[in-house]
Amino acid sequence: MPNQNSVRIEKSATLVKCLTGIKGLDEITYGGLPLGRPTLVCGSSGCGKTLLAMEFLVHGATEFREPGIFMAFEETSHELSQNFLSLGFDLNDLAARQLIDIDHVLIERNGQEASGEYDLEGLFIRIGHAIDRIGAKRVVLDTLETLFTGYFNETILRLELARLFRFLKEKGVTTVVTAEQGERTLTRFGMEEYVADCVIFLDHKVTDQIATRRLRVVKYRGSSHGTNEYPFLVDEHGLSVLPISSLALSHKVTEERISSGVARLDAMMGGKGYYRGSSVLITGTAGSGKSSLAAHFVEATCGRGEKCLYFAFEESRDQIIRNMRSIGLDLKQWLDKGLLEFRNTRATMYGMEMHLVSMHKAVEEFQPSAVIIDPVSNLLVSAKEAEVMSMLSRLIDYLKLKGITALCTDLTAVGGSLEKTEVGISPLMDTWILLQTMEGAGERNRGLYILKSRGMEHSNQVREFILTSQGILLQDVYIGSGKVLTGAARMSQQALEEAEALVLSQEVLRKEREIERRKLAFQAQVASLQTDFEAAKAELEEAIVSEQLRRSTVFADSKRMALKRESNLSAVDGSK
Amino acid sequence: MDQTATTRQPDTGTEVANTWQLRLYVAGHTAKSVIAMANLTRICEDNLEGRYSIKVIDLTVCPQLARGDQILALPTLVRQFPEPVKQILGDLSDTERVLVGLDIKLLKELGWPVGS
Repeated sequence: MPNQNSVRIEKSATLVKCLTGIKGLDEITYGGLPLGRPTLVCGSSGCGKTLLAMEFLVHGATEFREPGIFMAFEETSHELSQNFLSLGFDLNDLAARQLIDIDHVLIERNGQEASGEYDLEGLFIRIGHAIDRIGAKRVVLDTLETLFTGYFNETILRLELARLFRFLKEKGVTTVVTAEQGERTLTRFGMEEYVADCVIFLDHKVTDQIATRRLRVVKYRGSSHGTNEYPFLVDEHGLSVLPISSLALSHKVTEERISSGVARLDAMMGGKGYYRGSSVLITGTAGSGKSSLAAHFVEATCGRGEKCLYFAFEESRDQIIRNMRSIGLDLKQWLDKGLLEFRNTRATMYGMEMHLVSMHKAVEEFQPSAVIIDPVSNLLVSAKEAEVMSMLSRLIDYLKLKGITALCTDLTAVGGSLEKTEVGISPLMDTWILLQTMEGAGERNRGLYILKSRGMEHSNQVREFILTSQGILLQDVYIGSGKVLTGAARMSQQALEEAEALVLSQEVLRKEREIERRKLAFQAQVASLQTDFEAAKAELEEAIVSEQLRRSTVFADSKRMALKRESNLSAVDGSK
Repeated sequence: MDQTATTRQPDTGTEVANTWQLRLYVAGHTAKSVIAMANLTRICEDNLEGRYSIKVIDLTVCPQLARGDQILALPTLVRQFPEPVKQILGDLSDTERVLVGLDIKLLKELGWPVGS
């Protein structure tokens, strides 16, 4: 096909691909299936081969304007229409619009005889005619190897299959061939010999009564591809693969901070709250207030007019709303405004991976800015630890990539170490808040502290965490003699302190009065001394005056005496 | 169903009651098609003289019939009548297998009048 060649030259060394339109599969294969070539989809029965193949056609027809042919070797077109109607694919309508053509190929098992040479030209003509009739770009052969159960010589069949794939490549159609899994081989009849370009393996495992579907790209010639086993989900909207582990740690981070919904907690984190798009873990024993703290975050998120998705694995939606009303949070208003959505499932409903796929889908659909997983520990009931780590990191990475703030609660076992999270998920978390019940003085009280919070200043203080009818209240705790006191103990300690303070203040008052008194006494003494002094001074001055008086009197007397004696006067003067 | 009831010659495209109705699907005038047609005519003349009709369908001319008649292998001989419908694949070079496949052998053993 000259057209394809030109595309190939433009894209130089990269293989041209054909988008499947199946959520996740295009990511794993970095762009879809090899264009114009066959892809083998194999797996055990009931693993979803036919569904994958049909979705490939339906998406092609509806989203990429590429009509498709479905060669059904097992089911009749009526059966297929019926089956896919439940997934919302109206095959009859697509057939009427000439977008999809279903041809049921009946393999005769009885009433057939062979005499002499033959080939499968009839099948070629059927496929070729169908392709030309609607201008098909995609072809599905489901399940081609059913041919082996018919009355065909295997040697002829194998020659013809090789010719069939050459024929399809020449036609330039992208083909999906499904095949049943063999006992030790990928396919029962060795179809992988013919389809060498791309092989996808579907698996359907049941462990501990929980079924998990997985998809793996076994081989993709000329292209890189995700090599892990990816869980996939079949639900009422079809098939979706969870490719989250293909994400790298390259998401953009934001400096934006958002409130935790509890002002005092925000204050503990530099006054600003969590980072937007970060992951927050709240761990605690049963009844330590994890959900309540989560609900405050919901309140804060919805209060800003942002959407919040709440995955509840323990309680029903109405139960949560009722319980949160008791601490003064009206979550129903957000529900009514469409800002809040609950997804409630029992954790044991299906495997961990299925949960994650369905959560992934829910996030895609609702596009929230915050996600609550309450509790994450319940989700893990049915999974092995190693799986849990990888699965959860996929989810967290995915949420980070989307800039969605994730708040997970985690139940720690009573009696276990408080800082032990069951799954060791803490490395994935940016902020870890620990709720701790503290026993003492005949009661249990709640304490809260921030164990870690990446990239922000955070308080190292333990706060008492009190649930009131107006919400969460964080109180300073009394710390003394190496002990944290909460609840009644804290209160009695506070009362004691208050009494002591009262006593102290009275003592001060008393002392102050004493000072005043002493000052007054001192001043009185000073005054009396002054008086004494004044009195003495007056007395002495009086004495001085009288002395002077006496002296002048004596002088006057002697003068008068001299006058009286006259003759002696000059002698007295001359002696001077 | 009545106008050619007495046809005794191989008459392609005609189907008659009480007459063996055979269809031969081929793809163009290939060697296989020609051999198959020759083999079929010979077998019919030898065993069903005057009691058969053959319709040759070239799928390169009318490909849509491949789907309706559930044809995969070519050439394919289909016995439309008598029922049940039977298929024989190949160029019919193994006469014995054709006779077995079309039940002619069985009917002969039961004393079914052949060629009269």
